[in-house]
Amino acid sequence: MLTARDAAPARGGPPAPAAARRGTARRLLVVAVGVALCAALSALSLFVGSGDLSPSESWNALNGVGTAADVVIVRDYRVPRTLLAVTTGAALGTAGAVIQAITRNPLADPGILGVNAGAFLAVAVGAAFFGATGTSGQVWWALGGALATSVAVYLVGTSGRQGGNPVQMVLAGVAVGAVFSGFSHGITLMTPEVFDRIRFWSAGSLQGRQTDVLWGVLPFVAAGLLIAVALTRSFNTLALGDDLARSLGGRVVLVRGAGFLSVTLLCGAATAAVGPVSFLGLMVPHAVRMVVGPDQRWVVPLSLLAAPVVFLSADILGRVVTAGELPVGIVTAFLGAPVLVWLVRRKEVKPL
Amino acid sequence: MTATRLWPRGVVLLRSRRGRLSLRIGLRSFSVGLAFLAAALLVSTYSLTIGESDLPLGDVADALLGRADDGVARIVLEWRLPRVLLAVVGGAALALSGAVFQTITRNPLGSPDVIGFNMGAYTGALVSMLVIGGGYLATVAGALVGGTLTGLVVYLLALRQGLQGYRLIIVGIGVSALLASLNAYLKITVSLEESLSASVWGAGSLATAAWTDVVPVLAVVAVLAPVLMFVNRDSGLLALGDDAAHGRGVDVERLRLVLLAVGVVLTAAVTAVAGPIAFIALVAPQLAVRLTRTPAIPLLPTAFLGASLLALGDLVARTVIAPAQLPVGVVTATIGGGYLVWLLVAQARKA
Repeated sequence: MLTARDAAPARGGPPAPAAARRGTARRLLVVAVGVALCAALSALSLFVGSGDLSPSESWNALNGVGTAADVVIVRDYRVPRTLLAVTTGAALGTAGAVIQAITRNPLADPGILGVNAGAFLAVAVGAAFFGATGTSGQVWWALGGALATSVAVYLVGTSGRQGGNPVQMVLAGVAVGAVFSGFSHGITLMTPEVFDRIRFWSAGSLQGRQTDVLWGVLPFVAAGLLIAVALTRSFNTLALGDDLARSLGGRVVLVRGAGFLSVTLLCGAATAAVGPVSFLGLMVPHAVRMVVGPDQRWVVPLSLLAAPVVFLSADILGRVVTAGELPVGIVTAFLGAPVLVWLVRRKEVKPL
Repeated sequence: MTATRLWPRGVVLLRSRRGRLSLRIGLRSFSVGLAFLAAALLVSTYSLTIGESDLPLGDVADALLGRADDGVARIVLEWRLPRVLLAVVGGAALALSGAVFQTITRNPLGSPDVIGFNMGAYTGALVSMLVIGGGYLATVAGALVGGTLTGLVVYLLALRQGLQGYRLIIVGIGVSALLASLNAYLKITVSLEESLSASVWGAGSLATAAWTDVVPVLAVVAVLAPVLMFVNRDSGLLALGDDAAHGRGVDVERLRLVLLAVGVVLTAAVTAVAGPIAFIALVAPQLAVRLTRTPAIPLLPTAFLGASLLALGDLVARTVIAPAQLPVGVVTATIGGGYLVWLLVAQARKA
């Protein structure tokens, strides 16, 4: 059952004007901090990495001054990499917020719910049997895989009268993910050249991505983000439960369908670009909710803003922490798995 | 001397005179167990006859009895028999281990795969294969250490005001996902050949089975299966809840520790020689319960069911894309994941 506290931001009585103003001021402060952090980390991302460039050399290279190699490193690698980190980070964070909103499940995450495994299988099939390589080919396969998987997991996870139980949804994701991983294992082990190409992709890395990848996925991410932001008011109604939402005039099926479309676009595109990245979509919306409360009109846009901050930090951390380079996927996993453990240790897992 | 019948029809009760020893056999469990034992034998026999050169049944029988010529004897006894035996014995070991884990967690989803043992074993093996660069024994040791450590960490993380089944499972999923990304990273730090062979190990394969692999697993099962039979009555009470079991005079904590140790060793023995084979431990006990319609997990039918499942899975893995072979873990993961989907849907219908 929903408590009054949960429902208050959506349809509760209007809070006292002074408190509301303070709440809004605080949220705007959070937005400002987020934007500043994102900008600062993007800048930092241009100055850190392999190539042994000093900050001044990096700055000169960015302006086209310096040796040809330096200019290539900064302009053709670090700039696209940073932009891609911001784009895919925003995509994954927003996808997490949306999937948690439409499934009303605090444990929902595109990685845990098997959506990434589905995209992975589709990419493997495309590469092995249809010769689909490069981001432009991969995107469509990844989108198809993500769509099929999210629908399958949702159907299994909500089947029956008890449907929508958070744990059941997670298990459905694991089950569907296991079947798909089994297939993609089989396919990749049969064809060594596909295995070789896909193992680098499957670690979840931003390394070596250039502008073609960015342009390849940007339209899909933009469309997904637009849908997500447009739906936030409806998500608030959905948070009251299907029956109540329907009686308030919410079009539950339509909202949920559009939400899944958004998740599919965001996850499919992000997975095609950087490989499967788990936990980012899980932890960012939770952190955001702790700061601004459960109002989806703030949770979704702030997840969009906060996820690139986390993703950029993870990427920069991966670049400096070892002599080689840690893929960003492993850094986010190490940051995010403790969040999941903390969530289930806290108390009983309730539907959102 | 039969008093009132407290058990349903179709149950045979054998009892020594002073009642110290009693054996209760449900006819349905008995026949289900027998059927799967027969199935395991049938599949194994068929597996012995097929391969790069198909042998008629007579030749296989001759080889087994030691009457065949050297070539045939080598094919059957040195190449095919260890693999088939490992599938049968390993399947039984995994199934029993699943029965133990499901009893401890009181949850049909409790299994070494779900609580992260398999992924941990994979990580341990990858570290010793790719980072330390040890040989076969180092891989085995790495798998054992990794699997046991992961199981322990998951258990401790899930422990809060007692052990709740769902929390154990979610924590296991989280830790597995973490280790999966670590494994993906380890695989891109090395050459293609190393990475590929590590991946084959990680999928769980019986292809390289030799007698030296079969014997330890056989020994472990031979020692631990009777232990399980011995504590079977108490673990049945454990399924009713800690308090109920305690009230019947069961030392709950000690029993849980014994069961946990047995479960881990059974899985570890198979994982060490064949890699993490997914989902047999999850599927076999529940299928056995459904088929025998017993309230608790029936041990022998579970073991035979596991044996026939893995034997069948390996047969599929050998034949489906012949002449190439799939790792058997790929087959069992696909079947097991499908079963899990079905289980979730079926459970939801009932609830």
